[in-house]
Amino acid sequence: MIGHKIPTVYERSVFGRCGVALPARDVPEAPLSAVELRTDCGLPELSQLDVARHYLLLSQRNFGVDSGFYPLGSCTMKFNPKINEQIARLPGFAESHPLQDPETVQGNLALMFELQQWLAEIGGFASVSLQPSAGAQGEFTGLLMMRAYYRECGDLKRTRILIPDSAHGTNPASTTMAGFTAVELPSDARGNVDLEAVRVACDDTVAGIMITNPNTLGLFEEHIGEVVRLVHACGGLVYGDGANMNALAGIARPGDLGFDVMHYNLHKTFSTPHGGGGPGSGPVGVSARLKEFLPGPVVEYMRDTDGARYVLAMPAKSIGQVSTFYGNFGMLVRAYAYIRQHGADGLRENSEHAVLNANYLRVKLRDTFAVPFDRTNMHEFVCRGAIDGTGVRALDVSKRLLDYGFHPPTNYFPLIVSEALMIEPTETEAKPTLDAFIEAMQAIAKEAANDPALVKGAPHEMPVKRLDEVKAARELIFCDRVKAAND
Amino acid sequence: MLKYTKDHEWLRLDGDGVATVGITSYAQEHLGDLVFVELPSTGTKLSKGAIAATVESVKAASEVYAPVGGEVLSVNDKLTTEPGLVNAEPTGDGWLFKMKIADGAELDTLLDEQTYKSLTTAHDGH
Repeated sequence: MIGHKIPTVYERSVFGRCGVALPARDVPEAPLSAVELRTDCGLPELSQLDVARHYLLLSQRNFGVDSGFYPLGSCTMKFNPKINEQIARLPGFAESHPLQDPETVQGNLALMFELQQWLAEIGGFASVSLQPSAGAQGEFTGLLMMRAYYRECGDLKRTRILIPDSAHGTNPASTTMAGFTAVELPSDARGNVDLEAVRVACDDTVAGIMITNPNTLGLFEEHIGEVVRLVHACGGLVYGDGANMNALAGIARPGDLGFDVMHYNLHKTFSTPHGGGGPGSGPVGVSARLKEFLPGPVVEYMRDTDGARYVLAMPAKSIGQVSTFYGNFGMLVRAYAYIRQHGADGLRENSEHAVLNANYLRVKLRDTFAVPFDRTNMHEFVCRGAIDGTGVRALDVSKRLLDYGFHPPTNYFPLIVSEALMIEPTETEAKPTLDAFIEAMQAIAKEAANDPALVKGAPHEMPVKRLDEVKAARELIFCDRVKAAND
Repeated sequence: MLKYTKDHEWLRLDGDGVATVGITSYAQEHLGDLVFVELPSTGTKLSKGAIAATVESVKAASEVYAPVGGEVLSVNDKLTTEPGLVNAEPTGDGWLFKMKIADGAELDTLLDEQTYKSLTTAHDGH
């Protein structure tokens, strides 16, 4: 079907066609009122086979980790073990209701309790809440806790949050949403946050710094100890963006480095599925001084005259609930299973392989695609995707990669590298896959030199050609006009 | 004659302490086709370096800073429906806003064309 436009389910609709054959009525016919019976809904009329084929065809046009290599930097698109899916579907997990009496779901609470403890152990934090449903919501939650902390201290002039220019775009957005002012800090020549800029910015109006380590260049912040010391010395708190935890899990603990808050992306580091907008899970870990501000409910283990049991509790000065019920429970089950399967040694090994794979790609590709901050990287690296003298840009290389069967890397981010391609292979890819990707990238660079139009016109093998992103953004059309089926 | 900032804004003196502000050709080229421009309200008082406008392309959203302090007198309303004007004529019909300069001395902090050009050449070497 390549190259063929798939009609929408409305275009496939045939007046009068029916998906189910109902048995003969054995009760008297009762008319529906005009309010209940609408003819303007325009629902499509199709047979079951039409519907099955339509959606199967659409599903075959998806590209996911299960279909191929997906080196989307900063997203950690690792393989999600299938056994975790089976475990999450066990009736005790999948069919429990969030409003059930906690006494009847002690196993689920035990799982949440242990996961809170394991994440705290992995990150080096005093306590964890599993509430936030995504990384950015974890950021927002962390900042609200920082705000509550300063209110509690009566320190109301701390309104500024320092953010390196290599930060994820969500950091300044979360900062603004939480009522703080974002202050951008430049990077130095080695891709670290500029230490002198941190020193100058630190004063008694600083609520804290939001820092990602390794940063979005995939580089370990070489002065992280000094950055944390400077921020703490001026009375500020340190927020860690845990999006890049896949480089550190099992090796280094942000809490030990002095971080006060960090969110974990279970859908990245702990292999719960993501893409297409969810479902994510972004638990937050905190140091002892922020523990009582955590969003709840959290799970606690108690033992009294009624015996030992798990209970749901709100921390004393909690900022409240940040999502319905207990966060994305199904994701918690998968992350629990993942940690359980790998253990401490396995998590460390995964991080080591993630770092090794990314360094292998950088070294093999750097002669073809320049790496502006060329030093040993962590789980990802950033190269320039433009090919000098050909007019071929990073976006063109990415589109051509589709023809070679690979998902493109992250484009044009971080902003501090022009024509950036941010490549994160993850630990789950084997060497032959990495080698095939390297060959494809080198082949595209050759094509760019010999026949730039081929690359600039890519993709050629996809169901649709190059999409006009500018037109799509300038002329927004959010819905298709629904034509009543019986028109 | 245009004056520049290291953040890729240009400023043109129109006389009577009024100046027109926009983004440079270098900036629009690196951003790519603009899809949205957010302009300040007339009457907004900006200090030098304050966020004055936002320009968004399919690649990224970037802030435009006030090259000098002053009050916004008028904005280029055409950009609301035709953001592409900034790409087509960054220093002409693609101007962003006009402002009444608060302190003429701040003009001395701006770059001349040659200094700005050497800055962008150094950037591209990266």
